[in-house]
Amino acid sequence: MSLGSFLKSKLVPPALDEQISRIRKPIGSLGYDPWGYNSEAIKLGFSLTRQIYQKYFRVVADGVEKIPADGPVLIIANHSGQLPLDGLLIGYTLAARKDNPRMPRAMIERFFPTVPYLGNLLNEVGAVLGDPINCAKMLANGEAVIVFPEGVRGSGKLYQDRYQLKRFGNGFMHLAMKYHAPIIPVGVVGCEETIPAIANIKPLAKLLGVPYVPVALPVILPAKVHLNFGDPMYFDDLEIPEEQVTERVEQVKAAISELIDKGLSERKRLF
Amino acid sequence: MTEQRRPNILITGAAGALAQQVINRLRETCDLVAVDFREQVYLGDDIPSYCIDFNKRVFEDLFRRYKFDGVIHLGRINSSQLTRMRRYNANVLGTQKLLDLSHKYGIRRVLVLSTYHVYGAIAYNPALIDEEAPLKGANLSMDLLDSVELENLANIYLWRYPELNITILRPCNIVGPGVRNSISTLLGSHRAPVLAGFSPMMQFIHIDDMADAIVLAYGKSTRGIFNVAPEDWVAYQRALELCGCKKITIPSIPPVVPRMILRAIKLRSFPSYLMQFFKYPVVIDGRAFAREFNFRPKRPLKEIFRYYRENKNPV
Repeated sequence: MSLGSFLKSKLVPPALDEQISRIRKPIGSLGYDPWGYNSEAIKLGFSLTRQIYQKYFRVVADGVEKIPADGPVLIIANHSGQLPLDGLLIGYTLAARKDNPRMPRAMIERFFPTVPYLGNLLNEVGAVLGDPINCAKMLANGEAVIVFPEGVRGSGKLYQDRYQLKRFGNGFMHLAMKYHAPIIPVGVVGCEETIPAIANIKPLAKLLGVPYVPVALPVILPAKVHLNFGDPMYFDDLEIPEEQVTERVEQVKAAISELIDKGLSERKRLF
Repeated sequence: MTEQRRPNILITGAAGALAQQVINRLRETCDLVAVDFREQVYLGDDIPSYCIDFNKRVFEDLFRRYKFDGVIHLGRINSSQLTRMRRYNANVLGTQKLLDLSHKYGIRRVLVLSTYHVYGAIAYNPALIDEEAPLKGANLSMDLLDSVELENLANIYLWRYPELNITILRPCNIVGPGVRNSISTLLGSHRAPVLAGFSPMMQFIHIDDMADAIVLAYGKSTRGIFNVAPEDWVAYQRALELCGCKKITIPSIPPVVPRMILRAIKLRSFPSYLMQFFKYPVVIDGRAFAREFNFRPKRPLKEIFRYYRENKNPV
């Protein structure tokens, strides 16, 4: 028995196996899709994430039912916490929702594919290199795509800058307009406290070819995470100047900011 | 009453398994002439076969003698064969000669077989690469230069001489019985190298499906460049498992280490300059070809891998 099938037999009960198998995905005859998503690996990933989601971060999610049951959709959230835990938790929330669960795809930093093991692992559980062509093709396939328009500016920020939204790129808005994909804003609260960083060692990051090297404790703290999903935002596909696209991006940013404030006011304690 | 003349077609790379499949599909309806620079192959009494270098003057005699209507150029030398210089001469200069002669003798249909290697295996490649994507293969290694140059050349002729009706096909990994390229050798071996922690997505097309694709493409004069790949994908290491190959793990970082190891062991099926293709995915989008030529591959991946599992070290 291979390690994969052994872990699966221990971690994935038949009921969960069936539950995940019911979620339809455009995959090939061997369970893979073009971006490396694997229908077997996702079951293991789902099962492990469930433990982290429920027991470690004790996630409270509100409004996940606002994500449409099918068709292209962009889930736009604030990015934080050095590691892409926020994407994992948002993805699990949607995959585990009671009615019409979906397996969303998260767009990840460009350096991940160059990291042995981790790059492939992330691909197998649905993460995809954050390239506009990838996002466009997935929206054309009717997928739900998680995007963090702040990119490394968001995930690499220091603890003193927590919950301050960095500049949003405009790319996601162009894609939402082109593919008529509604935008679901999400406010993530709690991930900032998982790996609080006090500094970034830029020369070392440059040397290693990674976006940042945080000075932080070598543990992931069990901060309680609040996810607030906002109402879908629809944008037409009119030919408009970039200035107006930026205004639309600012609308999404404002919606996320409100959702973060809501999460912060709901939060009773950090851990 | 005059009988309608059967089309005369020149097929290059005749010693290869793919060309022979194409020849078998066309021999009933067309008059074929087969050439190969490597060896003269016997293809039956009805098909003249020549061992010829395209750069030699006698090559033109074939055009004078047979009055071809079309050319199917499958004679691209794989990057694992011959030296870089000889490959450049055959693939680039030889193809130029072939296209020049095609223009001179009024040929009305030219099909050129390229490869997905021209896109290059880069960490930042998106999946489902379109035909318009830049060709980064030459940036990876000088050993892929001739493949990219061959394409550039065919492209120039495509636009300069539209009457040639050139179609360039960029297939994914062609595999199956008789195929002697590097990936087929790997799948057919008992042990195959993998780079630690890297298992890129790959696409495979069965040689029979590829031969069908070539015949379909030849039959419809749509000019242009098309990827050819089925809508099915598998990770490299999973493909090896399904083919019953034992994986030999090579350290993958820093990149200089695997390159040094591969250069030292000089495996023909896993050359150092193709290393990136076993590290990063090059997943191409074959839907434009499927739509335009109504192409639907018939052999699933499982059938392909079963063949390799049951026929270790195939011919």
